[in-house]
Amino acid sequence: MAYTDTTRGMYSDILTGLKEAGLFKQERFIHSAQAADIEVEFPTGAPLKKVINICANNYLGMSSHPDVVKAAHEGLDSHGYGMSSVRFICGTQDIHRTLEQMVTKFLGTEDTILFPSCMDANAGVFEAVLTKDDVMISDRLVHASIIDGIRLCSAMHDTFKHSDMEHLEEKLQLHNDKRLKCVITDGVFSMDGDTAKLDKMVELCEKYDALLMVDESHSSGFIGKTGRGTHEHCGVLGKIDIITTTFGKGLGGASGGCVSGRKEIVEMCRQKARPYLFSNTIAPPVVAGVIKVLEILSASTDRRDKLEKNTEFWRKGLLEAGLIIKAGDTPIVPVMLFNAKLAQDVSRDLYDEGIYAIGFFFPVVPQGAARIRTQISAGHEIHHLEKALEAFRKVGKKYDILGKSKQEIIERYGM
Amino acid sequence: MDEMQEIIKTYVIKEYVEDDTELTYDSPLISGGIVDSFSMVSLKRFLENKYNISIPDDKATPEAFDSVNKICALVREYVK
Ligand SMILES: Cc1ncc(COP(=O)(O)O)c(C=O)c1O
Repeated sequence: MAYTDTTRGMYSDILTGLKEAGLFKQERFIHSAQAADIEVEFPTGAPLKKVINICANNYLGMSSHPDVVKAAHEGLDSHGYGMSSVRFICGTQDIHRTLEQMVTKFLGTEDTILFPSCMDANAGVFEAVLTKDDVMISDRLVHASIIDGIRLCSAMHDTFKHSDMEHLEEKLQLHNDKRLKCVITDGVFSMDGDTAKLDKMVELCEKYDALLMVDESHSSGFIGKTGRGTHEHCGVLGKIDIITTTFGKGLGGASGGCVSGRKEIVEMCRQKARPYLFSNTIAPPVVAGVIKVLEILSASTDRRDKLEKNTEFWRKGLLEAGLIIKAGDTPIVPVMLFNAKLAQDVSRDLYDEGIYAIGFFFPVVPQGAARIRTQISAGHEIHHLEKALEAFRKVGKKYDILGKSKQEIIERYGM
Repeated sequence: MDEMQEIIKTYVIKEYVEDDTELTYDSPLISGGIVDSFSMVSLKRFLENKYNISIPDDKATPEAFDSVNKICALVREYVK
């Protein structure tokens, strides 16, 4: 065996280094289905604790929705457990095509192709449609999976400052000699919960003849009046050339993703995108579940409306409690604590109060911007949110941060 | 004061510095985390347009772009 003591020692040292730097990630085991109320084993071996979950991407409360669970059971019975093949060999069922057509209709695009995950969609799409004669111009805060996709693509890459439309325009001018220009952004940014200025971006892309790619993972199903996403919210339905999104958040919460957009681009992905060609696609019961989710969301806006109301209640409650939150109107609501240790301490104390919310700090967010990221769901009832607010008030009081400015918190706890 | 140094420094600040970090002509740009290696391309294109030169890709290394002074030295190799 070539796994020598030296090799083992090398990895142990790296892992110890992560622990010492406070960067070591530890899983918490949830013993129940994903929902507003969950039962958690934390730390490992501790007795189960009932807590309210306010950090899942379960925006529409679909993860354990009885109709979705039932549809998945039926899909399992009718279409089996797995395909044992990639799509283009013998891994495509009628329900895969049905789902692709439903997503196309839901997002208001021309065509859709499923991927095993949105991470895979983002990893595969750029390489499939761009070459070294082209340029990708991305917002500086796009998701890690987009960064990976960009790295895998031979096109030139440049960035623009987060949501800075003047800077984007400068970049479009700078690269105007390229064959294709592709502007890349998240629809809703997952760490800050802010929304891309898609109306302005469409205008710039039309002016400079550029493609626009938007990752809608944190928007599909609930942003916009009928939940179609950021493009609906910004009034540019039908004008986004490439949308990627996930079925692992608002749209069911299980897994899977897609590229949806111009039909030739989707076809290019079918011919060339490596995660589509070389990895099994979404399993039949999950496909059946997502189909049900889209049926529910297309029939009624009740769930996204409830999410909107819950979000308003939550944002207002945190502000009234005297906490600092990032401005916005999405269900991603970061409570700013600035200091990494403070964020971890507050998270731990909230857990003791029965509230499950996680601290985020450098390098996931910039130094001095540590926070608790809370995420609201249509699966929450007002009593859940009231209890969580009560916990935030209690813990906030303990650390004396209620009503305090950023300056005051930093003076007391450091960056 | 060297004009090229100042032009490049001003561009780097405008383009990459989002807080009040001070920059000298020798501040490490890429190894210091000010310019990420991704964003080097716009710096390269800016220099090429501004000085009407063409820097071969294999010369546009992170080391060669690591400070305003190093960038000036690189550009001077190509200006006629
Ligand atoms: C913006 C964004 N894109 C893509 C993904 C990846 O989604 P998936 O879980 O389907 O791979 C995530 C999930 O974390 C995300 O936040």
